[in-house]
Amino acid sequence: MELFLHQFLAGLATGGIYALMALAIVMIYQAIDSLNFAQGEMAMFSTFIAWQLLQWQLPFWAAFFLTIAIAFVGGFVIERVVFKPLRHAHQLAHIVVFIALFAIINSMAGFLWDFSIKSFPSPFGSHPLFGQRLISAHDAGMIGVTLIILALLYGFFRYTRVGLSMRAAAANPESARLVGVRVGRMVALGWGMAAAIGSVAGMMIAPVVFLEPNMMNSILLYGFAGAVVGGLTSPGGAVIGGFAVGVIENLAGTFVPYVGRELKLSIALVLIVAVLTVKPSGLFGERIVNRV
Amino acid sequence: MNTRPFWISLVAAVGAAVVMVLPRRRLAALILVIAAASILPFTVKNFFVFQMTLVMVYTVAILGLNILTGFNGQFSLGHSAFYAVGAYTAAVLMEHGGVAYYWTLPVAGIVCFASGFLFGLPALRLEGIYLALATFALATATPQILKSTPLEHWTGGVQGIILNKPDAPFGLPLNPDQWLYFFTLAVALLMFIGAYNLVNSRSGRAMMAIRDNPIAARSMGIPVELYKSLTFGLSALYTGVAGALGALAIQFVAPDSFTFLLSIALFVGLVVGGVGSIAGTFFGGLFILFVPNIAEQVSKGLAGAVFGIILILVIYLMPSGLGGTIRLWLYRLLQGTR
Repeated sequence: MELFLHQFLAGLATGGIYALMALAIVMIYQAIDSLNFAQGEMAMFSTFIAWQLLQWQLPFWAAFFLTIAIAFVGGFVIERVVFKPLRHAHQLAHIVVFIALFAIINSMAGFLWDFSIKSFPSPFGSHPLFGQRLISAHDAGMIGVTLIILALLYGFFRYTRVGLSMRAAAANPESARLVGVRVGRMVALGWGMAAAIGSVAGMMIAPVVFLEPNMMNSILLYGFAGAVVGGLTSPGGAVIGGFAVGVIENLAGTFVPYVGRELKLSIALVLIVAVLTVKPSGLFGERIVNRV
Repeated sequence: MNTRPFWISLVAAVGAAVVMVLPRRRLAALILVIAAASILPFTVKNFFVFQMTLVMVYTVAILGLNILTGFNGQFSLGHSAFYAVGAYTAAVLMEHGGVAYYWTLPVAGIVCFASGFLFGLPALRLEGIYLALATFALATATPQILKSTPLEHWTGGVQGIILNKPDAPFGLPLNPDQWLYFFTLAVALLMFIGAYNLVNSRSGRAMMAIRDNPIAARSMGIPVELYKSLTFGLSALYTGVAGALGALAIQFVAPDSFTFLLSIALFVGLVVGGVGSIAGTFFGGLFILFVPNIAEQVSKGLAGAVFGIILILVIYLMPSGLGGTIRLWLYRLLQGTR
């Protein structure tokens, strides 16, 4: 039972990271109806920036917030420069550009910081929390940071003018534009926020998976799985889906022989295909019906 | 070494491929391609023969992807998985079954067709971007599946499998590299002719109708799901045969050769060559073999950046890829002279 609880909490901790990635994916999906395959690489690159800032002797939390700001600007700029001209292009063009971004960012990180594996410090330490054996301080910290971000986002989208404008721009661009919302700018803002959320996910998971250019590949896959399970049209669903995927992954890894340990990524694959086949809108998403 | 015949044949091959892009004159162009391709291996170093073999391997793999994306309008980021299945089928058959190398190709094709069709059945209910997602998951999970303990006895785990290079049969005066080149060339030509005929057949038109408007296609009586699954299977077949050929050429299969990066490379080849251009896939194959080499000479790790930047440029500047762009230029040129 203690093992179960321990693994459950550890699953919640990594699930928080998947939830953040899922949320970033959903934000961009809401804005441009496409999946950001470069989300993981953007997060990885931000984490490298944080590592570089730490190398320059910045205190952890200064580097943390500075990185979030840089990631925000980076995401905003990527939308303005690369995606704005393709707004009305065919879906293939979007996928091509996401793959292009994936390749560019991945290879730039290797070029600038080389491909060796680096350790990334945890602000919470890896010792057990308050001397009990159930959860480590870093895991608890990850859950805490995730919950703070979720609360901030909830408040932002519910109570601020900009947040409401962003929702309006995503829900109905044309009407939003008519009432004076700058839809294009809101889309870019969404990109910036997705990049910033991704950077938090990257910095929180880096002490666990270590820092290297391919570190986010599997995290992104779990993020996708979370987003699909919860529903790509539902930010809240994506968060729940992310937590669920983290817990499923960890429990399967402990209690299912072979599959759990060596085929962890296949769990995500099976989840994605199963949910898309049985209930494409996810657990909390809304069904989209197209008029002919 | 006298390099002149090499350049002549390379220019002739590329020139013929360029002409291939045009309709009509196809037969003449085909003969020119075969002639040039037959001279090539006797005029260059063995390593270059090997590289050109790989170009053809990639060309066939990209052709498979093009059948899916270019003619049926479905996206796959998971073709590295089918390439891997083909390569491993060939390797396991040769290593554990003692099967002759040429029999591995049809088996790899059938296995990949079946796995593509089966993966396709659930996945093809998904539209565009969701299929891209499911196949992305497939590509990411594949190396881990190949390494897993239950399969280790067959796949050799992380170590992979080392293969022997086949010798030329019937006492032909060819070294193994040259023989494999001609073998690959023959298979590639067959696959190309097959693809060309398919696209111009009734089934090919049905595939394209589904690409252009699935609802209209359905109302004309085309069984959309069946066609999409079959196309996915066929596309996997092409890529799987390419994987088997690639395993023979490289003489080695290992899980880490078949990561998502391979899917990206095939996707890059598809876009650069031209989505929906059959002859263009050859340019895609040339591109993904030689451009990374050049980029890696400048600096390690730059290949991805070059890939990415060229992808973005292609999307902005010539959305129909090299194949489509060359076709356009040739048309203009011919119209000007008339």
